[in-house]
Amino acid sequence: MRPAKMLREVLGSIFKKPATNLYPAQKLDMPDKFRGKLKFYPERCIGCKMCMRDCPTNAITINKLAENKFEAVFDLSRCIYCAQCVDSCPKKALEPTKEVELAELDKNKLRVVFRAGDTDNSIKKNDK
Amino acid sequence: MHDSKDFKIPIGPQHPALKEPEGFSVALKGEKILGVDIRLGYNHRGIEKAAEERTYVQDIYLIERVCGICSHSHSTCFVQAVEEIAGLAVPNRALYIRTIIAELERIHSHLLWLGVAGHEIGFDTLLMYSWRDREVVMDILAAITGNRVNYGMNTIGGVRRDIDAQQAEDILKALTILEERTKYYIEVATQETTIIKRLSGVGVLSREDVLRLDAVGPTARASGVKRDVRADDPYAAYAELSFEVITDDHADVYGRTVVRVKELMESYKIIRQALKNLPTGLLTVRAPRKIPVGEAISRYEAPRGEDVHYVKSNGTEKPERVKIRAPTLANVQAVKHMLRDRYLADMPIVVAAIDPCFSCTDRTVALKEEDCARAKVINWQALHAFSIEWYKQQGIDFTELNKKLQDRLKG
Repeated sequence: MRPAKMLREVLGSIFKKPATNLYPAQKLDMPDKFRGKLKFYPERCIGCKMCMRDCPTNAITINKLAENKFEAVFDLSRCIYCAQCVDSCPKKALEPTKEVELAELDKNKLRVVFRAGDTDNSIKKNDK
Repeated sequence: MHDSKDFKIPIGPQHPALKEPEGFSVALKGEKILGVDIRLGYNHRGIEKAAEERTYVQDIYLIERVCGICSHSHSTCFVQAVEEIAGLAVPNRALYIRTIIAELERIHSHLLWLGVAGHEIGFDTLLMYSWRDREVVMDILAAITGNRVNYGMNTIGGVRRDIDAQQAEDILKALTILEERTKYYIEVATQETTIIKRLSGVGVLSREDVLRLDAVGPTARASGVKRDVRADDPYAAYAELSFEVITDDHADVYGRTVVRVKELMESYKIIRQALKNLPTGLLTVRAPRKIPVGEAISRYEAPRGEDVHYVKSNGTEKPERVKIRAPTLANVQAVKHMLRDRYLADMPIVVAAIDPCFSCTDRTVALKEEDCARAKVINWQALHAFSIEWYKQQGIDFTELNKKLQDRLKG
């Protein structure tokens, strides 16, 4: 038995950098395959709605706008970021991104709509 | 049960000593515990019922959220049962990847426990260092699976993601760091005077009691019972990997600490072997959406002990019944036994020593009898009134507090 076994480690740590980061000033980079916010490619969607069928929380809705034109509505407050929809999609129209900072004060802002014609895939926030 | 002169204090459901809400009623004489009543069910979430309402694919993610720490354990256990019913031959590579994730999860869970145990005995230095080192394994899990918790690695018939050569190298690098740190923690646990003096002889559970009360996992192994599903009934790739089942004969909280830190070393050994022998091939086999009629029981050695899932299918896309027996349910009876005639101050560490996971444990069993006097259907208002009365009987009165709250809300 030895008292204060960790003392050396503790004293040594005084001269080390802190293990924590100064978030949000200093941001951590998420790993490549991280399952963050989803991205939708409307031009690839064929409207089979497999993603809707497999989503455990009903967070995704695919609406038909016109022939071969679809929009996806994500409810980010329901999404559990399991990315099952990405696996279910036969045409790779969905993709997880590294985006993780999704907190919003207004719940309506958590409803995200992707529409065909948004050439740069920019996210339109629903005004409703 | 106890003399009316005994002092009964409620600990929980909300209590600073508990990391998760669960109700304990402790009968005391002075500082000595005469008996403990454990009231399970505060955290009941209706997961089993919810599982019946969803398809098998959706259930994987639901079942994964039974536990925040051993999420891979629950999802693997469920998926194994479904695969058995459907008669799927899971590819070898998928089994190895499941094993690797399972052991990485065990490492993070045991390091987390070590920190919590340190915190419960007032040794927060240990908490800070072990949780700092836990970040190493959390980062690795995030890089491989895409998330720090709830890895979403399993699917029916295999795994969803591969481990490539670069990731395998990263894992091995992380293991080197972790192994060095674990060796240090073994030294700390076996030499540090405060740990040994505080934990020795606390929460004693003899070998006979383990067998009688059916404790599982490190709680059983610390009392010299060689009980480990990985060795007894190998699943995934464990049959092809060699490792030792760590046991200890201290039979107290100190023994459980030693078992857990030594198990970390075995986990490193298992991951190294699995990465070395990682077979090539497919990740998944195609699973049918409709699972044929059948039933299966699946066992899995979670970090806390044996996890049991029962799945019954009816030929549709949704299961007929899912039953989950989390390891804490098996161990919680032992806590009652361990606390008898001990001091109240030992309670936090004795409860923490089984590494409890109360939200995972809480299931309800409804015993319906036609002429049962106690059984009745009540509405929400009546239930609310009943709960107020119940707490009043426990000596807790919220009337004043409620009034103040109402006033404040109005003002």
